[in-house]
Amino acid sequence: MSIVGLFFYLFAFVLLASAFMVIAARNPVHSVLFLILAFVNAAGLFLILGAEFLAMILVVVYVGAVAVLFLFVVMMLDVDFAELRQGFMQYLPVGAMVGLIFLVELLLVVGAWVTAPNINAAIKAPIPPLSQATNTEAIGLVLYTTYIHYFQLAGIVLLVAMIGAIVLTLRHKPNVKRQNIAAQIARTPADSVEVRKVKSGRGL
Amino acid sequence: MNVVVTSLTPVLPEIVVLGGALVLVLLGAAKGDRIAGIMDAACIALLLIAAVLVMAVPDGRFEVFGGSFVFDGFARFMKVLTLIGAAAALFMSIDFWKKEKLHRYEFGLLVLTASAGMMVMVSANDLIMLYMGIELMSLSLYVIAAFDRDNVRSSEAGLKYFVLGALSSGMLLYGASLIYGFTGTVSFTGIAAAAKSPSTGLVFGLVFLFAGLAFKVSAVPFHMWTPDVYEGAPTPVTAFFSAAPKVAAIAIFVRVATGAFPGIVPQWQQIVIFISIASMVLGAFAAIGQTNIKRLMAYSSIGNIGFALVGLSAGTASGVAGVLIYMVIYMAMTLGTFACILAMRRNGKAVEEIDELAGLARTHPATAFMLGAMMFSLAGIPPLAGFFAKFYVFLAAIEARLFALAVIGVLASVVGAYYYLRIVKIMYMDEPKAPFEPMAVPLRVALGVSGLFVIFFFIYPAPIVAAAQAAAKSLF
Repeated sequence: MSIVGLFFYLFAFVLLASAFMVIAARNPVHSVLFLILAFVNAAGLFLILGAEFLAMILVVVYVGAVAVLFLFVVMMLDVDFAELRQGFMQYLPVGAMVGLIFLVELLLVVGAWVTAPNINAAIKAPIPPLSQATNTEAIGLVLYTTYIHYFQLAGIVLLVAMIGAIVLTLRHKPNVKRQNIAAQIARTPADSVEVRKVKSGRGL
Repeated sequence: MNVVVTSLTPVLPEIVVLGGALVLVLLGAAKGDRIAGIMDAACIALLLIAAVLVMAVPDGRFEVFGGSFVFDGFARFMKVLTLIGAAAALFMSIDFWKKEKLHRYEFGLLVLTASAGMMVMVSANDLIMLYMGIELMSLSLYVIAAFDRDNVRSSEAGLKYFVLGALSSGMLLYGASLIYGFTGTVSFTGIAAAAKSPSTGLVFGLVFLFAGLAFKVSAVPFHMWTPDVYEGAPTPVTAFFSAAPKVAAIAIFVRVATGAFPGIVPQWQQIVIFISIASMVLGAFAAIGQTNIKRLMAYSSIGNIGFALVGLSAGTASGVAGVLIYMVIYMAMTLGTFACILAMRRNGKAVEEIDELAGLARTHPATAFMLGAMMFSLAGIPPLAGFFAKFYVFLAAIEARLFALAVIGVLASVVGAYYYLRIVKIMYMDEPKAPFEPMAVPLRVALGVSGLFVIFFFIYPAPIVAAAQAAAKSLF
């Protein structure tokens, strides 16, 4: 087995094991930590494929931002997960049935799977060839040209999410002191400094 | 330079709406809720300008952005309809927000972004564009469902809609990934070329994709969210939900079925027939016991979606034309009905129980007459518009030899007539209660226009019928 194959099985095994632990761990903080482990291993798989940019983005965005945010939420909200799991046994039959249906479907789908006849050619010739552009460049070349409309629309979706968060949560509380920069700059010595004569030996 | 402008002409309405929304966000952030009225007017103006721009695009089929966005007669028809629906719902909402002291500028903005999402959906010609459009629309809708954030029922409606909507997006994406895996392309044109014969994986993908879409049109068995969200959301939001997003979701349903899967019609036909029958029957029976008029309208919308899907079940151009005509008339009826529901205010508070309408014929004869016309029309009694809506879809079903479907549809509409006529009976025969507050001018205008449309549709239906038939032909 080549060294690449060895690393593939290492990353893949740890990825699946930690993904399983995400849902199996009793402590939600442990779940989030396993999630981070899963992300890092997925990034390793991307590296094997030669997609360094995606690997780094996965680490930076998912591990650096999303998972840490999860961790904050889990630790700050103090949700009682034991209580949430109380109905677990009650819903187990229904859940097991749904799971079984999905499993049968997956098997059917795998059974019907055919590999496209020209797939090897397609893998060997990514657009543009790797000798001409690194994979970061290759993404940039299509992301801002062919797929510019998806990119812009995704931006609008994020904007809507921001507007939504503000609409639903922002409250202007009265009795809260806020910095007013214009007022600060407009201050003059006349309205902020007072000069008094203090007699020696006596306070004000 | 000229070439660039011409090739972007079909997308111009979307660009105008989204660009306008961006400018208005900045304006709103600078000026705050003081200019909410001006912002609403600007949003309505933008929606109407976009509708004019849609109509100004020359005839023919245009593919933009590498074929992922398509503009044809069908897109034109549905976009104009959704834009008018959104503008009308926004117009009707202003008075409600003022009276409830909730007049905030973000509502118009979110209606704008939702409308942009709907327009993208209607024109989507690949799975990615379809998903982007659906998410842009849904995300805006989740927020406005919870717009009255201090009200428990409104927040609950928003949260419920969000969680179930995320679930349906998951199903839709699962289906889309299966379809991509088994056809090797996301483009509807490419899928249609690859899907000449049904394969197991493709049919599974189709089922999941249709499950996601059925959730968006609130067809049985994916309707569970509808009554709770319709009841909990503020009334103008409910009016908006039942008009424009329904039209857009039906449009993308039709486009996916006819555009991406023309090769495997029997496979999707049986799904559509099933959800159509289930929606009609549930809409008819579950509405009988309702006491809240918004909840009643939710079940009514489930039933009406069932009737509209009868046309799609036929899988023919005349069936799709029936769907288009149905949606035009349904939108007029539902907006008219919601204009009346918005006018149900007593002592500065909105009331929502059906019993509150008792004796409306004596306290507000004109409103009662118009609401009565809407109810007779929803029940499908000739010569009102609702009769023609059902007539065209059932005709298409019979032409496609789906006799059982047509018979079940007619029976369901007879059952449905019971609860529509019950409202008329309450208004005309029960002892009157204290009168409502006078109706606001925008509501009068909306009710008047939709009422005239519903009552006088039969005199000159030709323009709408011809436009719908031309639009449906562009798909086949």
